[in-house]
Amino acid sequence: MNWEVVIGLEIHAQLSTKSKLFSGAATSFGAEPNTNTTLVDLGMPGALPVFNKEALRMAVMFGKAVNAEIGMTSVFARKNYFYPDLPKGYQTSQMDHPIVGKGHLDITLEDGTVKRVGITRAHLEEDAGKSLHEDFHGMTGIDLNRSSTPLLEIVSEPDMRSAKEAVAYVKMIHSIVTYLGICDGNMAEGSMRCDINISLRPKGQQEFGTRTEIKNVNSFRFIERAIYTEIERQADILEDGGKIVQETRLYDPDKDETRSMRSKEDANDYRYFPCPDLLPIELTQAYVDEIAANLPELPAQKAERFMTEYKLSEYDAGVISATRAMADYFEEVTKAAGNAKLAANWVMGELSKYLNTEGKEITESNVSAEQLGGLLVRIEDNTINGNTAKSVLQAMWEGQGSADEIIEAKGLKQVTDTGAIETMIQGVLEANAAQVEQFRASDEDKQKKMIGFFMGQVMKASQGKANPGVVTPILNKLLKG
Amino acid sequence: MVDQSIASLAKKLRAKEISSVELTQDYLARIKQLDGQLNSFITVTDEVALAQAEAADKLIAAGSTSALAGIPIAHKDLFCTNGILTTCASKMLYNFVPPYESTVTGRMLASGAVTLGKTNMDEFAMGSSNENSHFGAVKNPWNLDKVPGGSSGGSAAAVAAGLCVAATGTDTGGSIRQPASFCGISGLKPTYGRVSRFGMIAYASSLDQAGPMARSAEDCAHILQSIAGFDANDSTCSDVATEDYTANLDSPLDGLTIGLPKEYFGDGLDNGVATVIQDAVKEFEKLGAKVKEISLPNLNLSIPSYYVIAPSEASSNLSRFDGVRYGYRCEEPKDLMDMYKRSRGEGFGKEVQKRIMVGTYALSEGYYDAYYLKAQRIRRLIKEDFVKAFEEVDVIMGPVAPTTAFGIGAKTDDPIAMYLEDIYTLSINLAGIPAMSIPAGFADGMPVGLQIMGNYFTEAKLLNVAHKFQQATDWHTKTPSLAEGA
Repeated sequence: MNWEVVIGLEIHAQLSTKSKLFSGAATSFGAEPNTNTTLVDLGMPGALPVFNKEALRMAVMFGKAVNAEIGMTSVFARKNYFYPDLPKGYQTSQMDHPIVGKGHLDITLEDGTVKRVGITRAHLEEDAGKSLHEDFHGMTGIDLNRSSTPLLEIVSEPDMRSAKEAVAYVKMIHSIVTYLGICDGNMAEGSMRCDINISLRPKGQQEFGTRTEIKNVNSFRFIERAIYTEIERQADILEDGGKIVQETRLYDPDKDETRSMRSKEDANDYRYFPCPDLLPIELTQAYVDEIAANLPELPAQKAERFMTEYKLSEYDAGVISATRAMADYFEEVTKAAGNAKLAANWVMGELSKYLNTEGKEITESNVSAEQLGGLLVRIEDNTINGNTAKSVLQAMWEGQGSADEIIEAKGLKQVTDTGAIETMIQGVLEANAAQVEQFRASDEDKQKKMIGFFMGQVMKASQGKANPGVVTPILNKLLKG
Repeated sequence: MVDQSIASLAKKLRAKEISSVELTQDYLARIKQLDGQLNSFITVTDEVALAQAEAADKLIAAGSTSALAGIPIAHKDLFCTNGILTTCASKMLYNFVPPYESTVTGRMLASGAVTLGKTNMDEFAMGSSNENSHFGAVKNPWNLDKVPGGSSGGSAAAVAAGLCVAATGTDTGGSIRQPASFCGISGLKPTYGRVSRFGMIAYASSLDQAGPMARSAEDCAHILQSIAGFDANDSTCSDVATEDYTANLDSPLDGLTIGLPKEYFGDGLDNGVATVIQDAVKEFEKLGAKVKEISLPNLNLSIPSYYVIAPSEASSNLSRFDGVRYGYRCEEPKDLMDMYKRSRGEGFGKEVQKRIMVGTYALSEGYYDAYYLKAQRIRRLIKEDFVKAFEEVDVIMGPVAPTTAFGIGAKTDDPIAMYLEDIYTLSINLAGIPAMSIPAGFADGMPVGLQIMGNYFTEAKLLNVAHKFQQATDWHTKTPSLAEGA
């Protein structure tokens, strides 16, 4: 059978407010257990929530960024269930009246096609604490630092048809929330987590198959792999004539499999009802308009601008605008170097190699944008050639100083003096007389192939310092004799 | 000394006729002597009280003008008090000492009031008789075989018996007014949002409201002055400006229009109570008021509406009592589920468990629309009834309860009869308007309270109306005689 996969995603983005959604406690990561807490986060008797208006502003920003309807009246509701790290016995969330309603965004797939994905809604809710099962000898420790941290839960339509589309969508959401500055996007610290709803249906069938939900997947790579393994699992069951059980599953990256967590029958009845401790949030059009007018440039707009302003290719513009940090870095390099195409190549090429090797984000780069710009300036003014620049970058990455300092210290300044270069080439040709003989006896095609050999010898003789632009015409002239 | 008003005691304190320490010692001695019969206190805070009294004496000597400075009062045991046991009359919180102060108690402390202790109540404020307390039933000081009403029964009995000058209470469906009526004292439930709920252990958040219980309307005014007003810690607390609640107590009532809802005088109202209320209304006519019959047609729906909304909110509000972080935890739990079940099963009393179950059911999938949403629609109708009525009248009057205080144990096996006790008080909470109970006479030797209801944020008017009545009558000065040392 030819199966079509249907995927919908719920993304929890932790909003980067300084204080919590309903209390003045700090939201900083990694504090001592239970220190970032107030009476409210601890669920003490008589404690009452006070809504953080900064979270509201961020949610509205997101809504405007995905072309969504804004809930002019939104209501907090209580989602009731018992869990030790849920101190009040309910999570304050939004149900019938979310702050962000229907919207959409466009994702670009690998083959360059653009696909529109629907956003069903996005709502504000508070996070729970953490249960710690290690180090407590058969008991459980509770850390409520995360309790009441603000989350924006972004729910997509079931519009995605492959793991690649799902990942492209998550990357776009990641990109939007980080561009907006409303979420740090740090998936390893749990700032963005993803629930994946996934079902299969025979290609061409209208109605959806039974879905499963994979909870709390927290990296792009795991999202892709979790979807692949779940597609395979569901397809195996369906091929054998079985039925998919609607349930919640967990993805285990070590075993690369999903496991059942709880079935629909075990699911809680959350008994949602409007939270009587909080008033409905009423927005004015002026408030929403003001936020809309002050939205920062978004990834798609930035890519567009990079293409027109810097003449980048669509592909380059897409890659560089994927994260705000990368885009900002690129623009700074360009400003220093004065050549956008060169800047794009170096940021996407050499610099990314170093970052990937060490698993670093561009914000953690050993070489700042200004420093990289300083290096590219020396390529532009012919002080060094591209190959030399690579070794200079390596030295810069290792912390040996600025480009100019390294070029000076290592004597890498490019030789552009035509007289000196001509003398050097003559020396090379004399040392390789047999090859020169052979070259001269060959036809044009063969000659073209052989020229690289001589070029290499010249560069070697100059220790890489000869300017290739100067070398090429002289070499051609001398070879032809 | 023990049957005096806040105003007269404040005068004596300033005239150095008595010190707050002496006054506090008098009251502490009286509690020791008499509360064995009443069981109105859960905790008596002798040392704290005397230290506060000493501080108050210094404040007064330094010229403090606060009417409450040095006045010994008591707090219902659901206000969190920093460093003082706060139980909500539940085994669930038998050991709970809050590390924080509720806004109400904090503001009274700031006014210089002296805290004698924490008063008994129905567990988690659920009840109309104060029989649902982990610490035992409270007795009515007018007749020890009768209930004091609830849920603020301890506060009402203590004020009536002169064990404190005044007390705080909370009113979710009548819990200030009904015990005030049963014990012959004055009690005010302010407009919802007039007084902060921060630090008040929640029963039903959209209905709960704190208020004063005292010997007179004037005393209530002094306390309301201290506790009312905006609080950033409670999102439902109103920022409508407070008034000077004592300034216009003596304003004449000429031209006041009193509405008498016919639904308040129908079947089920005890004849003796009806007579007292009618006489009271006549007294107001003598004071220059006009009377107009009105209708609050949805009154009967207030009981089913209330008993869906309040338990629904309670079922969620009481989820935090899970044995994980504070309060009661069962012995040797086998696993998490066992800990939840036994901690809550052993920690909560029967009435609390009943309401949690009712609320859980009402909010369940498939029932929510039929119960919770319908109850909310009724609530809007009830509110509209009052809004309409206040277009025609200035205040509404009627009985607080259909009967006087009933016998201890008389209704414990008949929950419907018990819930019907609240017929005249519930709709006020559902609408969120303010209402008072003031002593208006006796029926069969037991006090009868007159209920005065006002439009939103008209507490000053209510207090003025009540005060004028108390200037013209002496029902509020009657005190029960308790056998000393029994």
